[in-house]
Amino acid sequence: MEVAIIGIGIHRFGRTEGVSGLEQGVHAAREALADAGLQWRDIQCAFGGSTSAGNADTMVNRLGLTGLSFINVANGCATGGSALAAAVAAIRSGEHDIAMAVGFDKHPRGAFEINPADWGLGQWYGEVGLALTTQFFAMKIQKYMHDHGITEDALIRVAEKAFRNAEHNPHAWRRRPVSYEEIAGSPMVSHPLRKFMFCSPSEGAVALVLCRGDLVRRLGRTPIYVKAVAMRTRHFGSFEVFSPCQALTQAPSPSVTASRAAFEAAGVGPEDIDIAQLQDTESGAEIMHMAENGFCADGEQERMLRDGETEIGGRLPVNTDGGCLANGEPIGASGLRQIYENVLQLRGMAGPRQVPGRPRVGYSHVYGAPGVSAVAILQR
Amino acid sequence: MSVERVPVDPTLFTWPDEAPRLLGSECRDCGTIVFPAQTSCPACCSDQIVQRRLGTRGRLWTWTIQSFPPKPPFAGPATPEAFRPYGVGYVELPGETRVETPLTVADPEQLSIGMEMELTFVPLNTDAEGREVMTFAFRPVASPCGEG
Repeated sequence: MEVAIIGIGIHRFGRTEGVSGLEQGVHAAREALADAGLQWRDIQCAFGGSTSAGNADTMVNRLGLTGLSFINVANGCATGGSALAAAVAAIRSGEHDIAMAVGFDKHPRGAFEINPADWGLGQWYGEVGLALTTQFFAMKIQKYMHDHGITEDALIRVAEKAFRNAEHNPHAWRRRPVSYEEIAGSPMVSHPLRKFMFCSPSEGAVALVLCRGDLVRRLGRTPIYVKAVAMRTRHFGSFEVFSPCQALTQAPSPSVTASRAAFEAAGVGPEDIDIAQLQDTESGAEIMHMAENGFCADGEQERMLRDGETEIGGRLPVNTDGGCLANGEPIGASGLRQIYENVLQLRGMAGPRQVPGRPRVGYSHVYGAPGVSAVAILQR
Repeated sequence: MSVERVPVDPTLFTWPDEAPRLLGSECRDCGTIVFPAQTSCPACCSDQIVQRRLGTRGRLWTWTIQSFPPKPPFAGPATPEAFRPYGVGYVELPGETRVETPLTVADPEQLSIGMEMELTFVPLNTDAEGREVMTFAFRPVASPCGEG
């Protein structure tokens, strides 16, 4: 059974003083309902998540106590992807016709504060100074650059592109273009990654309304179909965040397995994708995720970035809304932001950042601690 | 007067032995070795696990420099004045596993993938009772040729 996205809503990302994460979620939900031309009472089931801003199902107090099924999703950086997967499954199963996937968050400033016990680790792991996601990403790209000939030039170009794209995204946090020189001269945060190459925890919310494909005509909305959504966890031997040790033989990351599963389910390949939103926790992540998701061979990214292939207007535009680098990362909302952007682009309504040539197939990918990934493929 | 010293976690290593080692575990069914010790095997799910004292030398597999003070529960000096950047890396212990570890060196010029490293023990902080808390770390092997 086809499942379509018929409504999208967003609360702008960044810092919004005086507005709770939950309120931002409610804003996004109302906007998505209005976009779909539906009322809250039309929603039969909802899946929502937030890491730092409270229980998502509390939204019913604001949206209406209709008695619907509302399931909270807590899956780290894959929360949005998992909420979408659950909503799609609920419709495909025949149990519900109209569903909502929603995510919001509001994190304190600075790096995420980690409680080692939440990740199955001893307190010592934090005490000796190893419990930082930033270290993992830095060490992964350090090794990748060494093995595949990626240079700092590529890291800088990814960041430069993110801020350039975000200038045309009214919902983005950091909309001031940052020059190549400014990025290259910014302080080193975690070698080889500099200040402008990292995203920061932030705030924001996104909601989607989904329905059975055969109801679309009756509802009268421009549908964007969910061709596939796949969520995977890590395998023994994959190099993951918060790992006190790792195996001598490396296994593919969960991004690789989620990507393969999604391509197979959608019946398309990387060559069919017109636009991609890839997890860019930092510059290096976008580069590695280009290969892990099957869009290039290891090492090819250096040339692709230099030739502008991932720019809006390039062969494969990547992170057209500025990605995590320019939007920050409100964990619960981040994955759904990618879906929002792809729906907007496939509808041809992305304004000054619209990808030319009427894109038809959009790809999105999230990755996070402790080794989770979700991929969604949308088609108009 | 000598300062009393305690390990950051007594289950991690055998310090203050004369020749201290990291304590990992080994699966009796598939041979997988992990650090720190676990009660089941992440590769084959077996619960037939024995403790294993890990080797003390290996090669640097990857690294970074922690340049800003981590939030709690980081126990080292974390005020902007007292914080000192520190190296972090994975050291590959031949035939065993790759161990994530603090490094004694925080200068990018002195770190390179593949260089030989050895286990050491360094003070992390002083606890409320005035005792020095010790952690494991790896340091570059003194010989510049390092091929041992």
